[in-house]
Amino acid sequence: MNEIFELLKNNLQLIYILILVIFIGIEVIKHIPAVLHTPLMSGANALSGVVIVGAILVMLNSDPDDYIALGLGFMAVVLGIINVVGGFAVTNRMLQMFKKNKN
Amino acid sequence: MILNVLYLLATITFIFGLKLLGHPETAKKGNLIAASGMALAIVATLIFNEHEVSKKVYTLIGIAIVVGVVIGWVIAIRVKMTKMPELVSLFNGFGGASAALIGVVEFSHTGDNTLQMITIISAIVIGSLTFSGSMIAWAKLNGMMWKDIRLPKYNLINNIIFIGLIVFGAYIVWSQTESIFVVYILLSTALIYGVLFVIPIGGADMPVVISLLNALTGIAAAITGVLYGNMVMMVGGILVGSAGLILTFAMCEGMNRSLVNVIFGQFGETETEGAEGSAAALKGTYKSATVSDVAILMNYSQQVIIVPGYGLAVAQAQHAIHELEQILENKGIKVKYAIHPVAGRMPGHMNVLLAETNVEYDKLVEMDDVNPEFPNTDVVFVVGANDVVNPAAHNDPSSPIYGMPILDVENAKQIIVNKRSMKPGYAGIENELFYNQKTSMLFGDAKSVIQGLITELKGM
Repeated sequence: MNEIFELLKNNLQLIYILILVIFIGIEVIKHIPAVLHTPLMSGANALSGVVIVGAILVMLNSDPDDYIALGLGFMAVVLGIINVVGGFAVTNRMLQMFKKNKN
Repeated sequence: MILNVLYLLATITFIFGLKLLGHPETAKKGNLIAASGMALAIVATLIFNEHEVSKKVYTLIGIAIVVGVVIGWVIAIRVKMTKMPELVSLFNGFGGASAALIGVVEFSHTGDNTLQMITIISAIVIGSLTFSGSMIAWAKLNGMMWKDIRLPKYNLINNIIFIGLIVFGAYIVWSQTESIFVVYILLSTALIYGVLFVIPIGGADMPVVISLLNALTGIAAAITGVLYGNMVMMVGGILVGSAGLILTFAMCEGMNRSLVNVIFGQFGETETEGAEGSAAALKGTYKSATVSDVAILMNYSQQVIIVPGYGLAVAQAQHAIHELEQILENKGIKVKYAIHPVAGRMPGHMNVLLAETNVEYDKLVEMDDVNPEFPNTDVVFVVGANDVVNPAAHNDPSSPIYGMPILDVENAKQIIVNKRSMKPGYAGIENELFYNQKTSMLFGDAKSVIQGLITELKGM
């Protein structure tokens, strides 16, 4: 039990930020029309590719001779960037279609 | 310091971009803003790095980025719009896998900091179950796994594995073990859970599962953000998590089911009972119509409402249906599309499908707005939809979809249902609408049937 309190105490600021961001997320996305459900999902999906930053950090911090870490990091970077680039590009393609309709 | 300022900027673009993504007029701009923020975050991470990094590592990162950009770009440009649910699942799985891999590498680098340990273990578990779950969802949507596989007692087995994962993860944190072997066991178990979790889920539940998996990748990204104390990852991940969860709840509402019910899969069980029960009750006769019958009927209508479903996407009939709509409109017949919130296999699936063919915005009417219109509608044309028009949702308490809001097509004067055969839909539930006196069945492949209608109508 003490350990849990210790954990909370040491990371209080982080916890505040987490809670606030959750509320921002909900507020920002609430009341979205059904037409945009798919673009929102694929756009958000692209955004989750932000793990790429972590993947790059893994590689940057690895020992140049640690081939296991570098190899896993390499895979993580490739997968992450596919998620980012593909996600944003396909969302853009979709939204272009929507725009054409309006004219 | 400059790195943190750039991360702050990127974080703001994420929030702002997502906000703009929520309105039709600004959505495109929002997407581009978020994308540029992402580019900023990636470039900043590479340039303003504090460690000494060897050239070899930089080259490797460069290669990885180029390879990924090319693959991602080519897939995004080439994919057909009908394949959108598959694509979202695939990309989503990649994001999850990336988070899990980060967790695996960092496990051996991290000492005995409890918070870091918790984040690493959670990233591994959530990342890998999202990966395997998304891959199964992708395979299912791609038609590689038509049947929903249900192991005996799969519910119990899944829940035991789920609890096991949590307990095992907690044990690893608590024991401060340094054995990477243990982590691989955890990873494999999570992968297996992801597979078992998605395998029994029926096609009608796909929109819920896809949005849930999407939310989970976001959470995995946020957790890795906590691990590095990296705000841009944390905020980005949480935004995705919130968006995914909001969509998930919206989809659950569209089916009148609770999230717990979908995850822990009570659906599967009631479904088997329900399907047997209603199959026995439904042995009436149905009428079938020919293409020219239907063409004549439509020709003398004032208002036609089209109810599209997943079948329309499968038959690639979206262009044909748009042409049919235009021909009817030219004859002075009002045409609308009734869009059920969970029609198709992902949130907003029908909207994207029809947008591809330039169907006008305001012709796509959402469920609550279109339902009062059915009594004034001469012909309802149901194409490839089934459960979303099943009256059992209103009047059969034993049915697994009882209570789900549906499109009240049975209030229209005539109902035409296009299906390949009398076989029940993807969810395996019989539909009494087909035996309604006002219903005529128009059998055949959606695309060729609609093209037949177009030819007939042109000649009238």
